[in-house]
Amino acid sequence: MSALPRASELGLIACTVCGLVCRNVPGDARLDGDGVGDDMACPRCGTTLHRRKPDSYVRTWALLIAAFILYIPANVLPIMRTASLNDVDDNTIISGVVELWRAGSPNLAIIVFTASIVVPMLKFLALGTLLVSSQRGSGWARVQRAKLYRLVELIGYWSMLDVFVVALLTALVRFSVLSLVEPLPGVIFFGLTVVLTMLASMSFDPRLIWDGKDTDD
Amino acid sequence: MGMSSPEALLICEHCDTVYRRRTLARGDVARCARCEAELERHHALSVNAMLALILTAMIVFVQANMWPIVTLGLSGQQSSTTLWGMILAMWREQAQVVSVLVAATLFFFPLLKMLMLGWLLWFARAGRRAPGFVRLMVILHYLGPWTMSEVFVLGALVAIVKAHTYFDVMPDPGIYAYAALTLLITIFAGVDLRQLWDDVPEGTA
Repeated sequence: MSALPRASELGLIACTVCGLVCRNVPGDARLDGDGVGDDMACPRCGTTLHRRKPDSYVRTWALLIAAFILYIPANVLPIMRTASLNDVDDNTIISGVVELWRAGSPNLAIIVFTASIVVPMLKFLALGTLLVSSQRGSGWARVQRAKLYRLVELIGYWSMLDVFVVALLTALVRFSVLSLVEPLPGVIFFGLTVVLTMLASMSFDPRLIWDGKDTDD
Repeated sequence: MGMSSPEALLICEHCDTVYRRRTLARGDVARCARCEAELERHHALSVNAMLALILTAMIVFVQANMWPIVTLGLSGQQSSTTLWGMILAMWREQAQVVSVLVAATLFFFPLLKMLMLGWLLWFARAGRRAPGFVRLMVILHYLGPWTMSEVFVLGALVAIVKAHTYFDVMPDPGIYAYAALTLLITIFAGVDLRQLWDDVPEGTA
């Protein structure tokens, strides 16, 4: 046993919802999230106990791929239409950032660029990397990978920024013929992308990072 | 390893390492030696302090939703909106999905969170478990990441800057209420609600 024993080695399970440490009764030999024998409930909050999140890899892959598919129309299709007396202007996420950079505030442009483009891209790359490396049981840069996962969890929901901007401008800018803002389909795809990437990062079990071949502890 | 009772143990959620619980002093944060995740932090807020904060947040939340957020002016015309104005506008404009997202993350989830926490803390003050304690604690756990009021404050700022190019912009009280709400959310972010499981043990309902 290493200096830092893990729950699975000691026959213990922590409840994911309330944190209670439960003994894994010898009769329940398999609680490894494959659905077999996962019928032990936390005595404190009633949540089903799993050694690892059930079907973590499959669910995370599925949600991540679905999010990526929706992310394409989210970027290609315009998210907002600005109509005034003399012209109609359709903005995509990128063109919105460019416009903010030119006519508004460069600082805010950087913030919007980060929330709408960097964060989703980082999520796809980070979760993809975590999935591949954990599935191969890699011992490479475990602490860094663990930190990367926590970063993804922390910043994920800030991507909703652009959705809120479009919603607020739509409600605000209605000066009949003079000026009007309407949401366009891109914003729906974008909102769904954010929700799916959040669900994907919640489905991933960071404990899997540490489950592979024991290299160094 | 000795046979310590499970209550005296703590398991890192991020890497499954088992620790013996230690009593933390003020300002202490216990970190995992394997993956460096935060295991536990000492929270300086008493149940009373948390209840006071929740009540404040509720008052601010009502104001943030009743008052207009911002007013735009264009050649003598004015236009303003509240949060519900946004939700209805998106629905009308055939973006129902976005309308539901905004309503959930900025109105229903934060509201539910505050009401449930207020209810639990009200009973916890008297050292009792509120009716429905277990179910509410589980719901609160799942609701956690889906409230986005602080993102909306930044979104409002971006919208104001974008609109400022073409319109006269006048901030309304709603935006200040939202800023105050963000501050309260930040204070709450440092509190691990799971403490309540231990603060009010079972059999105290």
